[in-house]
Formats: sequence, structure tokens, C-alpha cells
Amino acid sequence: MFDVIIRDASLRFKNHCVFENLNLILKGGKWTCLLGGSGVGKTCLLRLIAGLPAGETTGEILCQDGFPVSHRIAWMAQQDLLLPWFSVLENITLGQRLRRSFTDIVKRHPLIPPEVEDQAMSILEKVGLTEKARVLPQHLSGGQRQRAALARTLMENRPLVLMDEPFGALDAITRLNLQDLACELLENRTVLLITHDPLEALRLGHDVYHLRGYPARLTDAITPPGKTPRSLEDNGIMMLQGKLLDRLRHESFDEKPVKGEQ
Amino acid sequence: MKDAIKPFIVFLGLLILWHTLVIVFDMPDYILPGPGAVAQSMVENASLLWEHTLVTLSEMLMGLFLGVLMGIILALILVYFTALRPWLLPPLLITQAIPVFALAPILMLWFGYGMTSKVVMTILVIFFPVVTCCYDGLRHTHQGWLDMAQTMGGNRFAILRNIRWPAALPALASGLRVAVVVAPIGAVVGEWVGSSAGLGYLMLQANARLWVDQMFAALTVLAFCSVTLYYTTDRLLRRLIPWQPETSQE
Repeated sequence: MFDVIIRDASLRFKNHCVFENLNLILKGGKWTCLLGGSGVGKTCLLRLIAGLPAGETTGEILCQDGFPVSHRIAWMAQQDLLLPWFSVLENITLGQRLRRSFTDIVKRHPLIPPEVEDQAMSILEKVGLTEKARVLPQHLSGGQRQRAALARTLMENRPLVLMDEPFGALDAITRLNLQDLACELLENRTVLLITHDPLEALRLGHDVYHLRGYPARLTDAITPPGKTPRSLEDNGIMMLQGKLLDRLRHESFDEKPVKGEQ
Repeated sequence: MKDAIKPFIVFLGLLILWHTLVIVFDMPDYILPGPGAVAQSMVENASLLWEHTLVTLSEMLMGLFLGVLMGIILALILVYFTALRPWLLPPLLITQAIPVFALAPILMLWFGYGMTSKVVMTILVIFFPVVTCCYDGLRHTHQGWLDMAQTMGGNRFAILRNIRWPAALPALASGLRVAVVVAPIGAVVGEWVGSSAGLGYLMLQANARLWVDQMFAALTVLAFCSVTLYYTTDRLLRRLIPWQPETSQE
């Protein structure tokens, strides 16, 4: 699995500089978590990596293997982004629909070929939504909707997964369950997870960064010990969470580094 | 109570109100005939009314079909060919700034006294609500859906077909509801200015002969057609767009 290198990334909106000369390495097959307050530029960084419009940008996004990062990304946003007119199955195979060639349409190839449907059903089974495959998203609960969004991300089968606070709108129990599920199903993929929640970052991240300041800068990485998803009973994790929470509440540059930062 | 019955109750209420007005104010038949006289005229002239209703309905439906089709095409052009937008919007607004009543004689001159001029008139009346609603729907697609589609590598046509178009349908449906209600205006105004058939023509002829009951009979049929067309369209749209959010339910 390849590393993704973000080199000298800068972003500005007219006269406002969000961040400049930002460098970050997303380690191949690992989870990198990015913490930070609202409006600091986390989502903008994610959009920049995904090649989505995000102000005036400069910098390079490179893959270690030399291939471009585009078409190797799966995107999971805070909202589930399920299309209300498609069933769950149609939603998770949306990528296949959108990539249908003109020839496929002219030759009337099926919208969801049998092999794609089998794959989709197997993913739905993993996320526990087999029974809901044919229903519209409006009939799903919040947790189920986010599981469907996770299934769609898995269906894309991309090596790099960008997640923008995907569990932010869920209740505490559903969030923990989905964190475990995502950790299991996205194993060996390179993941960049943006979150407001230090505990989520510490449970899931191999490297945890904090983006802060104006213009924003990245702190050194915190590398929590142990296998992910880390247990809530781990005292070390809970202590780190406390310190990170404290730092998030009083964001400034002259604070002492949190123990565990490299 | 079933929703389907409610319009009939309203219709019955209006009939009672109409009848009461005629009795209370002692209206002469040549000013406001009672519902009984109008109903009698409807029965006596059933075949005549049917014949002219078919003409007006054909004009309305043809105008609706072409107007909606052209409106959707123009909305797509406005969304996808942004360079053309400043050139297309002013003529579109001009068609609405000039009252259709003022345009009617010119359209008669250009398209003759047959069905074409009435269809064109209907198109002119419904075109604007369809274009604006469809255009609004198409350009207000949830940005998150478009971002996701872009990361998935979707092409423009696929994004239009699978995301932008279905997302615009609720807005387009609002335009269609307005269109079916105002479509009779175009057809009937056209018939008033010059025609040899249609409910508008029948009203004009009845008016000239002071057959007020027949005039009201034609008017009632026209109102019935409009209401039926509206409810049929509304029901059809609800069925076709089941995900359309409806937050006013108790």
C-alpha cells in the first residue's frame, strides 16, 4: 500500500489565507486522523486532496507509487448523501451507474450487472443491511443510513478513503459501533479521517494530527499505542483524550506538546 | 375523510352558494342564471359542449406537452451553457412582460385561426413557470451529491441523469402544477380573438346571443376540465416523485 504525500499545500480565499506550505504524509494502509476546531480548514484540506473546488489552491498531492491520486479516492461525508430516489442497493452501486459508458447505454447493458449486485449484497451483509437493500433511504434510521454510506464507500473499492466527520451526527452508541465497523472493513486502506472528536481520533488513528491557528498549521503527530479500534477502557487513551480536549478548548501555539507527540 | 372527496364537497358548497346568491339578490337569468338553469343548458347542449370541449382540451394538452418540453430544454441549456445565459434570459423575460392578450392578434395573423395559434398561446403562458422552476431545481442540486459524483468519476450526462434531474423534479413538479392551471388561459384567449371552435368560441357566441345559461355552461365545463387536470397531474406527480418532502402533514 502506497503513502500519499501532501506537499506545500496552500489555500486562500481572496485575502484570507486558510493554510500555507502545509506538508502531510498519509501512511499507506493506515488511518490518519485530523482534529481541529470549526473553520480551521480541515474540510478544505480534504477537498484539496480529493481534487474538489476549494478556493485558490497550490501544492502537490502525490502517491508514493507515482500514479496520480485522482480516481483512487472514495469520499465519505458527514451527511450520508444517499440519493432519496434510489433504493439502498442502487445507492451503493451509484459509482457503477455514474461510470457507465455511452456504449453500455446504447447496448442497454443492465444498470447493475449480476456480478456487481452480488458484490453489493455481500457488502450490505457485512454492514448488516441485507434486509434493507430494496427500500428507499427515507425508511432507514440515522445509523442505518450511515452504514449504507459506508457500504457505498466500500463498494467503490478505492485505496484512499477520505472521511469528513462521517459519524459526527450520530448518537454515542451508534457512533462507537460504526467506528468499529469502519475500522474492520477499511483495514489496509489509507484513510484520512477528519473529526471534532478526540476520542474518535485516538480510537481509530494510527497518526493523529491537530490542525490549528490562522493560517492553520499541523502539530506533530500523536501516535497512540495499541491496535485499532482502541478500547475505551485504555487509561492511556483516556488521558490523551483529556489533554487533547483541553488543547482544543484553548487553541494556541505556545502550549506544551501532548505526551505521545513525535 | 378521504382527500379525494373533499373537492366534490367544495364543488357542492359553491353550487349552494351560487344558488343562494341568485335567490337572495333575485338575479335575472340574463345576469346570473341559477345552477339549475345552467345544468339544464348543459344537458340540452351536451353534444355541442362535448365537441367544443374536445377542441379546447386538445389545444391545452398539445400546448402543455410542447411548452413543458421546450421549457425543460431551455432550462437545461441555461444550466449547462452558462455563456448563453445572458443572451437567453432577456428574451425569455420579454415574452412574459408583454401580456398574452396583446400578443393574441399578432399570433392569429402569423399562425391563422386554426389550432396552431391557440397552442402557441398556451405555450407562451406556461413556458415561464416551467423554465424558472426547472432551472431553479437544476441549479440547486445538493453540493455534497455533486462532490461525491465527481470523486466517483461520473461524467456530466450520467450526473444529470442520475442526480441533477431527479433532484430537480420536485421543483419542476411545482412548475407543472402552475402550468396546468394557467394553460386554459392561453387556449381560451386564443379562441376569443379568433376561432371557429372551442369553449372560448362557444362562450363568445353565446354572449353575443345573450344565451347566458350556455355561457355559464361552457364556463363550468372549462372550470371542471382545469380542476380535473390539476388533480390528475398532482396525483401523478406524487406517485412519480415519492421522495418529495412534504412537511405540512399533521
